[in-house]
Amino acid sequence: MKNFEVVIGLEVHVHLLTQSKAFCGCSTKFGLPPNSATCPVCLGLPGVLPVLNEKAFLYAVKTALALNCQIQDVIKFDRKNYYYPDLPKNFQISQYEMPLAHNGYVDIEHSGREKKIRINRVHLEEDAGKLMHDEKRGLSYLDLNRTGIPLLEIVSEPDLRSAEETSTYLQNIKSILLYLKVSDCNMEEGSLRCDANISVRPKGENALGVKAELKNMNSFKAVRDALSYEGRRQIDLRKKGEKIAQETRLWDEAKAMTAPMRTKEETHDYRYFPEPDLAPFTIERVEIEKIKSALPELPQVKKKRFISKYKVSEYDANALTRDRAVSDFFEETIRIVDKPKEIVNWLLGDVAAILNERKIPIEKAPFKPAHLASILRLIQSEEITGKIAKEVLQGVFDTGSQPEAIVDKKGLKQIKDAGELSGIIEGVLTENKKSVEDYKKGKKNAITFMVGQVMKKTKGKANPQKVNEILRKKLGSQI
Amino acid sequence: MKQRIDKKTVRHVARLSRISLSGKEVALYQKQLADILDYINQLNKADTTGTPPTSHPLESLKNVFREDRVRKSLPAEKALQNAPERKDDFFSVPKIIE
Ligand SMILES: [Zn+2]
Repeated sequence: MKNFEVVIGLEVHVHLLTQSKAFCGCSTKFGLPPNSATCPVCLGLPGVLPVLNEKAFLYAVKTALALNCQIQDVIKFDRKNYYYPDLPKNFQISQYEMPLAHNGYVDIEHSGREKKIRINRVHLEEDAGKLMHDEKRGLSYLDLNRTGIPLLEIVSEPDLRSAEETSTYLQNIKSILLYLKVSDCNMEEGSLRCDANISVRPKGENALGVKAELKNMNSFKAVRDALSYEGRRQIDLRKKGEKIAQETRLWDEAKAMTAPMRTKEETHDYRYFPEPDLAPFTIERVEIEKIKSALPELPQVKKKRFISKYKVSEYDANALTRDRAVSDFFEETIRIVDKPKEIVNWLLGDVAAILNERKIPIEKAPFKPAHLASILRLIQSEEITGKIAKEVLQGVFDTGSQPEAIVDKKGLKQIKDAGELSGIIEGVLTENKKSVEDYKKGKKNAITFMVGQVMKKTKGKANPQKVNEILRKKLGSQI
Repeated sequence: MKQRIDKKTVRHVARLSRISLSGKEVALYQKQLADILDYINQLNKADTTGTPPTSHPLESLKNVFREDRVRKSLPAEKALQNAPERKDDFFSVPKIIE
């Protein structure tokens, strides 16, 4: 039996983070009341003139450069003509012949191997409106607020070979966009979307198989699930000697399967032609170089630097650099207290858990690098125990106060004074005669129970090593 | 050179524009479209050696931008005033399966 491989190309659509739409001054804000952010331009009323948003153009150029693309000498817009209720003008302003940029790539690391995923093109277009279907009444309700929001389309070459690899690629694109601050990449709100072209072929063959276009994947999980399902489906068909139909298929999250889209079989004929209302755009080489040199350090580069400079593991480096704000937090903390290992453990452990629980991004948290640095110093100087440190961390999140102040106010300072501990331990020993007996009879783990009792009495503030030491001494002398 | 355009093409173009045509109209537009194409084709006779292709009539015009600033939009009531059907503040349209 032949071995098959899956071949995937991804089209990523992303909302650019501008205040106003691509060609008019309507707001791009998510969640406004229906049809409250439209105007004659984005409604496609007669006689209006679209004018390109400079920031959208700049963000598009930035992204294309970060994706290692070549910016074209002359950039123009075209009309893509089709009829659909979400498109009031009956055409979408897009780019066909002379898109913004070509020939880029993104590096991805997958199962320890590095791989270049080529990018065919990056172009700028406008989004369409949003339809909500009323299945019962056979109607759709249309909100045109989204119409005209600047959308960047990033088209990869068919270089992806698995669902997991595709997910990694998408994650990398997302990280890059977040680093550039050109999009919020919120998949739930539809500001990051993707469609995939997927086909299968016998391993070793160069020609591409018949592809299906896969839509309606609205989360990273959906991307992985839909592509693995579709890959398996096509391979099963091929193994049975059946043909693959060239069609568009939708991922059905509930049924966990893909199904062909019900549509009249008519090949798309978009009759592209140059958008006469928009003059062409050019950008000087020096300007491009200037933008390029002002790009921030990108996730892949930063990841490698973290591994070599701070000796963090590849896994941790990945987790740290996925979000620019987390990586900045990490480095700012290191600048105050040079303990990369401890910082990674806190950031990716307890801090990440609290952020997750409270559903806030790290940059909006009251917890700052100086706070983490203080906590680490308090642990190092043995003023607080590791256990108490977690309580202090919660306190900073709750109040925004300095860790030292929380320790003072709540009296959380570690008890390491031998005299004070001795007194507490004496108490525990008299109250737990049975455990002392057990210990003497040879049940050595009875001591763990007694340490626990001391901790309970001191609310976790006792220095555990000291407690152990004193306990052993006292129990020994009692034997 | 006389431009030919067949009935099938006329019907296809009409379908793409969501226009329904009677048989008589198809014949009428077949002739009219052929005439228009003939007219346009005269341009092909012009000598364009050394003339770079252009996509816009105003050659000196380029890089026309607007600042990224939010301006007042139409109130929903105005945006919806031409809607044949509406449901609350939504346009209501027949459901199209896709
Ligand atoms: Zn508008």
